[in-house]
Amino acid sequence: MTIDGSWYLTLAAMLFTIGAVGVLVRRNVLVMFMCIELMLNAANLTFVTFSRELNDIGGQVAVFFVLVVAAAEVVVGLGIIVAIFRRKVGATADDPHELRG
Amino acid sequence: MAGPLLATVSLPDLATFLVAAAIVIGGALGVVLGRNPVHAALSLVLTLFGVAVLFVEENAQFLAAVQIIVYAGAIVVLFLFVIMLIGVDRQERVLADQFRGQHLVAGGLGLLVLAEVLLLGTGHWTTGARATTGALNRPLSNVAQLGRAIFTTYLLPFEITSALLVVAVVAAVALARRFDRRFGGDAGPTPEGGAHAPDGDEATGR
Repeated sequence: MTIDGSWYLTLAAMLFTIGAVGVLVRRNVLVMFMCIELMLNAANLTFVTFSRELNDIGGQVAVFFVLVVAAAEVVVGLGIIVAIFRRKVGATADDPHELRG
Repeated sequence: MAGPLLATVSLPDLATFLVAAAIVIGGALGVVLGRNPVHAALSLVLTLFGVAVLFVEENAQFLAAVQIIVYAGAIVVLFLFVIMLIGVDRQERVLADQFRGQHLVAGGLGLLVLAEVLLLGTGHWTTGARATTGALNRPLSNVAQLGRAIFTTYLLPFEITSALLVVAVVAAVALARRFDRRFGGDAGPTPEGGAHAPDGDEATGR
């Protein structure tokens, strides 16, 4: 018999929490972005677990789409980060006053 | 939940799960606590690999392969590329509060999220009814099932993701492009259009 689904769900919850705390704690924009990837992976793990539990391929299809959206998100997000850093070297997420016109 | 369950789980399954779970959690902690962004990116590879192992364990072989190829192969390399482009020498004191009590609030919120997700995730009321269509135990391979679902039931969302990818590529080009006055001055607002750009590359042209 394979591992019970609740173990996977617990692991995914821990992974999601670590990612969320990372976004709250870190200042480096790149590392915050990586923490968002952690949270996406936790959601993917949940999707696959429920796909197995409920005997439905739809969960794996959802993970497929999450992967595509994550790739697009990384491309655009890193483009924005590069543009910001080109403007102001060493910018952190604590520089919102830069947004004043 | 561990006691009676352990007797029924086969040892290789259990060992694989435990090792992969340790890799996932360790990598995630490395991402959050690593001072150097490069170390954080490498820890992210560790986590993604662990999640791929768990995917194999849950009979999602195609997704495991895609996870390695797309995430660990493409996305993390993109991260590393940007880190190298921006500069790797800046480190951050992770455990220094930027605001008073920031880590306290973040930890409290994290515990709240963990408790809520655990309650929602492990409760039996979330599971709903088992599917009768798209059943996983048909005599088809995982890839065949996934392909059949994507290209029949989910065909429209699949087409929309292609549009999304095109939009992302165009956006990346527009964001990364340096503004050059000689090729039509009214190319629209760019991140560093105008005369007060920090570096003088506009004059030389690229």
